[in-house]
Amino acid sequence: MKENIREKGPKKLKSLLFTRIIQIIAAITLAALLIIIGYILVKGLPGITWEFLSEDPSAMGREGGIFSIIVGTLYVTVLAVLIAMPISVGAAVYFNEYASGKKTVAAIRFFTEVLAGIPSIIFGLFGFAFFVVFLGLGWSCLSGGLTLTIMILPTIIRTTEEALKTVPMAYREGSLALGATRWQTIVKVVLPCCRGGILTGLILGLGRAIGETAAVMLTVGGSLNMPVSVMDSARTMALHLYNLASEGISEEKTYATAALLIIVILIINTAANNIGKRPFKGGRHKKILLQGAKDE
Amino acid sequence: MSAKEKIFEKLILISAVVSVAAVALITVFIFSSGMPAIKETGVAGFITGTDWSPTNGQFGILPLIAGTLAVTALALLIGIPAGVGCAVFLAEITGEKTARIFRSAIELLAGIPSVVYGFFGLVILVPVIRNVFGGSGFSIIAGGIILAVMILPTIVSISANSISSVPSEFREASLSLGADRRETIMKVVLPAAKSGIFSSIILGMGRAIGETMAVLLITGNVAKMPEAVTDPVATLTGTIAMEMPYATPQHQQALFGIGIILFVIIVLLNGTAQLIMKRFGGAGS
Repeated sequence: MKENIREKGPKKLKSLLFTRIIQIIAAITLAALLIIIGYILVKGLPGITWEFLSEDPSAMGREGGIFSIIVGTLYVTVLAVLIAMPISVGAAVYFNEYASGKKTVAAIRFFTEVLAGIPSIIFGLFGFAFFVVFLGLGWSCLSGGLTLTIMILPTIIRTTEEALKTVPMAYREGSLALGATRWQTIVKVVLPCCRGGILTGLILGLGRAIGETAAVMLTVGGSLNMPVSVMDSARTMALHLYNLASEGISEEKTYATAALLIIVILIINTAANNIGKRPFKGGRHKKILLQGAKDE
Repeated sequence: MSAKEKIFEKLILISAVVSVAAVALITVFIFSSGMPAIKETGVAGFITGTDWSPTNGQFGILPLIAGTLAVTALALLIGIPAGVGCAVFLAEITGEKTARIFRSAIELLAGIPSVVYGFFGLVILVPVIRNVFGGSGFSIIAGGIILAVMILPTIVSISANSISSVPSEFREASLSLGADRRETIMKVVLPAAKSGIFSSIILGMGRAIGETMAVLLITGNVAKMPEAVTDPVATLTGTIAMEMPYATPQHQQALFGIGIILFVIIVLLNGTAQLIMKRFGGAGS
């Protein structure tokens, strides 16, 4: 700190103090975050045994495991992602490849950005009013899945659009110049380039769906039984955690469920991050390509 | 172009329409289901009514609004200095390696489901508050602290992006005029990044107001006007989640009415944040 030599004492002290305070704030914040995750993992991991994973719950979740709940979680969230996938990829292709630059698209994008912040309980209310009551689907995996579909659409659309944007214009031009139609260009050239980006969007959507509680609470019903058809009521892990915690049913099972939920989310988000880091297999050429795309 | 391609292109158009229509449908359904309840007492009566007792047919949501505002205010009071401090740390103070680790920790936290935060608050925070301040422990403080942690990722990531996008010439000019690092950050960098920081705070506020599961588990859900920070409160979101499953039709309408109020608040807040970021840029959305 050569430039500090000429400074007067108090000023130097103030500056040093400022840096220290910022560092302490950052350290406390990081510590708080790690304590939350660490505490739950430490208390919950011993409870995650093979029996816990493979047995159905009994006595309202006090005894047994959470097998039927894992199945219920898969039913609801995979359903949500499967339905959301074609719609969101289609919408992203439309916005980016067919209608990009149009004023209406800019307006729609603003609209979706604003609505991305709508609280999940509102989605729950809507799902209850529309899917459960209006369409008569009742409290079921299908109602919950459809509600989550709408909730994760913006996430997947945005990630897919970002991936589409990284595909250099030269690829499209090259394909069109070779006589391919617009549609062939999209299916054979553009989309294969952003497989990674689309996959990232889907995984992020899945993560959001698995962690969601409020929207699911008002739509899937919360039955502890093993769901067989999509019309059956079910319970997701997040909802199970809420029910156990709010009713104080079994401390051990609650911690174990929370730990399992954290682990699943961590795995999913890590996977999404790692796939997202390499949208192209091109490696070294990526930078040049991106630069080219920017110049367009 | 073959007929097959035409069909595919139509399908794509349909997906775009569906994704937009879904959003419109939500708006229509929430409003049409909740409007009767609001019309009955008028918007003013609904918002300023101080008695929320569904069993007696009284649907005044002022206590719920007060509860939501109290926990949100406390969350911001803790979350803003911590969040902006972390953003300054990330963007200005620490090296790239630490910043990368720090960022992934923050991202990791952003992914943790809110019900897990609620559970942590329930088993750790509530007992501590019960021992220190007395009462049940289910309180505004508990809700505010947990919400502060939950809005940190939003505030930190958007603020840090906005601070990083301040041109380095600004810093160089300030330093060459004899200002030290603290003066440069406080008087040059932060003012230059203020639109992004401000947007991040508004978005964080939106998150705090809309958060359901965490507050549901730790604020106590008592629909009375709070008098102290150790009082239990009910929030707008928590009340919907708690009472919907067993509500009578009239009660349900009132809960949808709360949904409308929440919807309007969030759209206004997020719209403002989006406009600020669009107009002043530099927020790296």
